[in-house]
Amino acid sequence: MLKALNKTGLVFFPAFDWAIDPTHPEREERLLYTQDQVFEEGILDIEGIVEYKPSLVSDMDIKRVHFCVPDVFSVTTKSHFISAGGAITMGRALMEKEIERGFALVRPPGHHSMRVVHGNRGFCNINNEAILVEYLRRHYGVKRVAIVDTDCHHGDGTQDIYWHDPDTLFISIHQDGRTLYPGSGFMEELGGPNAFGTTVNIPLPPSTSDEGYLYTIEHVVLPILSEFKPEIIINSAGQDNHFSDPLTNMNFSAQGYANLTRMLKPDIAVLEGGYSIEGALPYVNTGLILALAGLDYSGIVEPGFDAARISQSGEVTRAIKRIGETVLSHWKTRKDMQEKIRRGRDFIERRRTIMYDTDMIYEMQKDEIRICDECAGALKIDSSADTGQHILGVTIPTGACRVCRQTALDWYDQAGKGPYDRAFLQDRPNDEYKENILKRR
Amino acid sequence: MGRIGLILMGNTMIIGLDVGGTHTDVVLIGPDGPMREVKVLTDNAELFKSVLTGLEKITEGIDTQLIRRAVLSTTLTTNAIVTDQVEKVGMIVLAGPGIDPMAFRTCDQYYCVSGSIDHRGREIEGVVEDEVLKAAALMKVAGIKNVGVVGKFSTRNPSHEIRVEKILTDYAFEKIFLGHRISGNLNFPRRIATTFLNASVSSVHSRFYNAVKKSLMEKGLNIPIHILKADGGTMNFSASIDFPGQTILSGPAASVMGAIHSAPKEGDVIVLDIGGTTTDIAVLINQSPVLEPLGISLGKYKTLIRSLKTFSIGVGGDSYVRVENGEIVVGPMRKGPAMAYGGRLPTPTDALFVLEKIDNGDAQAAFKGMESLAANLGISVREVAEKVFEKTCSLILAAAEKLVNDINSKPVYTVHELLEGYVVRPTRLVILGGPALHFTEHLRKISGYHAEAVPRWGVANAIGAGLARTTCEVTLFVDTEKGVVLAPEENYSKTIRSMYSFSDAEDTALELLRKKAVKYGADAENLETEITESLSFNMVRGFRTTGKNIRIKTQVKPGLIQGYRD
Ligand SMILES: [Zn+2]
Ligand SMILES: [Zn+2]
Repeated sequence: MLKALNKTGLVFFPAFDWAIDPTHPEREERLLYTQDQVFEEGILDIEGIVEYKPSLVSDMDIKRVHFCVPDVFSVTTKSHFISAGGAITMGRALMEKEIERGFALVRPPGHHSMRVVHGNRGFCNINNEAILVEYLRRHYGVKRVAIVDTDCHHGDGTQDIYWHDPDTLFISIHQDGRTLYPGSGFMEELGGPNAFGTTVNIPLPPSTSDEGYLYTIEHVVLPILSEFKPEIIINSAGQDNHFSDPLTNMNFSAQGYANLTRMLKPDIAVLEGGYSIEGALPYVNTGLILALAGLDYSGIVEPGFDAARISQSGEVTRAIKRIGETVLSHWKTRKDMQEKIRRGRDFIERRRTIMYDTDMIYEMQKDEIRICDECAGALKIDSSADTGQHILGVTIPTGACRVCRQTALDWYDQAGKGPYDRAFLQDRPNDEYKENILKRR
Repeated sequence: MGRIGLILMGNTMIIGLDVGGTHTDVVLIGPDGPMREVKVLTDNAELFKSVLTGLEKITEGIDTQLIRRAVLSTTLTTNAIVTDQVEKVGMIVLAGPGIDPMAFRTCDQYYCVSGSIDHRGREIEGVVEDEVLKAAALMKVAGIKNVGVVGKFSTRNPSHEIRVEKILTDYAFEKIFLGHRISGNLNFPRRIATTFLNASVSSVHSRFYNAVKKSLMEKGLNIPIHILKADGGTMNFSASIDFPGQTILSGPAASVMGAIHSAPKEGDVIVLDIGGTTTDIAVLINQSPVLEPLGISLGKYKTLIRSLKTFSIGVGGDSYVRVENGEIVVGPMRKGPAMAYGGRLPTPTDALFVLEKIDNGDAQAAFKGMESLAANLGISVREVAEKVFEKTCSLILAAAEKLVNDINSKPVYTVHELLEGYVVRPTRLVILGGPALHFTEHLRKISGYHAEAVPRWGVANAIGAGLARTTCEVTLFVDTEKGVVLAPEENYSKTIRSMYSFSDAEDTALELLRKKAVKYGADAENLETEITESLSFNMVRGFRTTGKNIRIKTQVKPGLIQGYRD
């Protein structure tokens, strides 16, 4: 009889009655064949693998992470509450020691959702992993967290949310942004002035196969993780690196994904993308669950797998090595580089534009962080979108120092003098989330 | 008994017969309720004799033409498995890639051969005839008579299992069980275990079947025989030959069915069957028992045999009671009968004696038992008896609440079900078993639920079996891109055109269900069919809709047949 080495929790929520639209990749059918495979393999009967029913997140769980414009209700559906709730269900079971590993096999995904949410970007509205992390911090006092994003697309939403957080190590491994949506995630993106170096981007060339991917995990990701020493590792487990994925150009296999999971040993994995719904997802998910549980997955082979056909060229192998070296050298010199950026400055500003591809919204953003050695720093975001919305978002980070707290409160109090429709305040130390409607539209 | 002949017109009487470990209970039921009860000793070596004696006694002086049917609930197959008195069988398993099928090995003669089907029912790798022939030859040498053949995803495409059956033809095995005929549900390891169990109990069940048939014929008792299944429904005796595994664990189902008459038409009810060693708990929703999502577990076997959802705890009238760390502990083991009935160690039943709720035994011995506990705790004997009694009740109630919680936390897969799904909120306890009457009042008090004991609890099992409806289920799978509609259990498959609609699928599934129910012995006039799952997915390939993937589950749900009062 099979018995899991690691007690593993699973939330399976395929949202069979929810779609972005009927022919969208994020549609009802997406996890249908995965369910068939997981059920037929009898995975849920294995001793030590427990299926959980997802709970729903609350408004507050979302507001702890996001500034939803104009409000939470307008940019979410019930399915988002359940999907993020699935992640939290696993987090809770982990912290209560009911399980040793957890997998939220849920949809819709969330890793393209940034702190400010005007609508849907890259099939995502709210960030499941960030909602989970902040929930664990709030309710279980977790501090140091690593999020390793193995979706083929750059996890730009998660990167944005943790850009200024030195306690969250965010590592994204993805197909090079010059060749794929969202076009970001370059090695030079290393985090804000108070958290420089805890954002790590590893863009891999198209056609990377198991070999190159697992090389990167072993030689780049694992060493950084072991130095950072997180209390919890979360894996944004996108499955679109698969050779059969219709939206990407990588050559990863089901075995590759299972091996990656075995090496990474995430405490919790959360499904992200992956749109080869027949040829990849059923097998990748089966392998992933078995790997989490510490069971033999060597027999999992997807139809059409041909190791020779998807092996990578020498050129790709060399490129991957070079990328790894650069990433590691950034990691080793991060403190010096951080000093240089901060020298002589009290506040640092950043301006960018953000595209919401799914909802066709264009956002302009300016953020400002207070340089601080004692906490993650007071943060202010000025965001306007072509929907006509213009908001101010202010964050008092967990563990904020007195000065940063006062700075943030002043920003929020003075919002009325600015051009804003609404002002939001995330007071994480007190777990209070306020908003001020300045103009009625 | 002259009255009976006068009142009844037509064949309206029913016999319910429940074979227990020591006694076999038989009841004769008419439209106005039970008319006669008989108890005979169970002959465990030759169960059919107990059945026969029971049927003979209950029909004494009655024209058997007036009897519509007799329903048997037996422990035959369960005991055969639990005591390992089953025949050696062979298994041929076609797994393909995935978890190593040796992990699901059920027996020595277990052969994994080539052949692989994917989740859409497409062939990935063909069957290799030589491998099957080799396995068959080895099984023959080992003296195997019955064989199970199971393929992964055979419910999506049974052709490999059918092909293997064909290859085996020349070897003249007695009976071959194919996995896809046993259940429409997906779960390969359970399909293996279930097919194995069906093959294993086949001989013992057939022998019983033939013995009962033969002796009834000899006695001139011409009564249609039905058999109770684990889901609390019945099937006719001849259908049971192909699916003998369905009769496994029908015992608990009989008592739950026997409690239905005491439950209101509407509302959620907890059924407690308080026995000597255990209390078995089940839940009724509007008089229908809640079922296991996939099937029963029996020992190490997890199966696809549809069954009631029940939960047992080791707390009953004879549970061993002692003091541990200053606390009263009840069960889970039984160490003999109550002291009032000659046992050596105190039990909840002894507490009932001290509390003067029972008096048909040795009250002094019971008192002695409670006295030893009282001394340990430094309280009076009466107080300790109260504590034992209360503890027993609260353990039972906690277990019942756990079951309800389990049912309510069953995962669901749509937003709608998650938000609007049915939540069981019990308001009532229905209690069976020896001590039922004495527990009712206190259970009512601590639960806040309405509580009542089932009248005639002693024969409730037999009544439950007798009045149980014929049940069955049909699973239908449609893939319009591939152009197939498939109901694997029914041996039904057709090629279809892309116009095939959702309602076509529902109609087909219900039609197949009706046919099956009638074949199993249901009354065609009073079928209560329902669709339990109905999903339709647009299949999109490259931003274009290329077909529909439809899954329908239908059932005749367990319940009581119409026209009979308790
Ligand atoms: Zn992706
Ligand atoms: Zn500060």
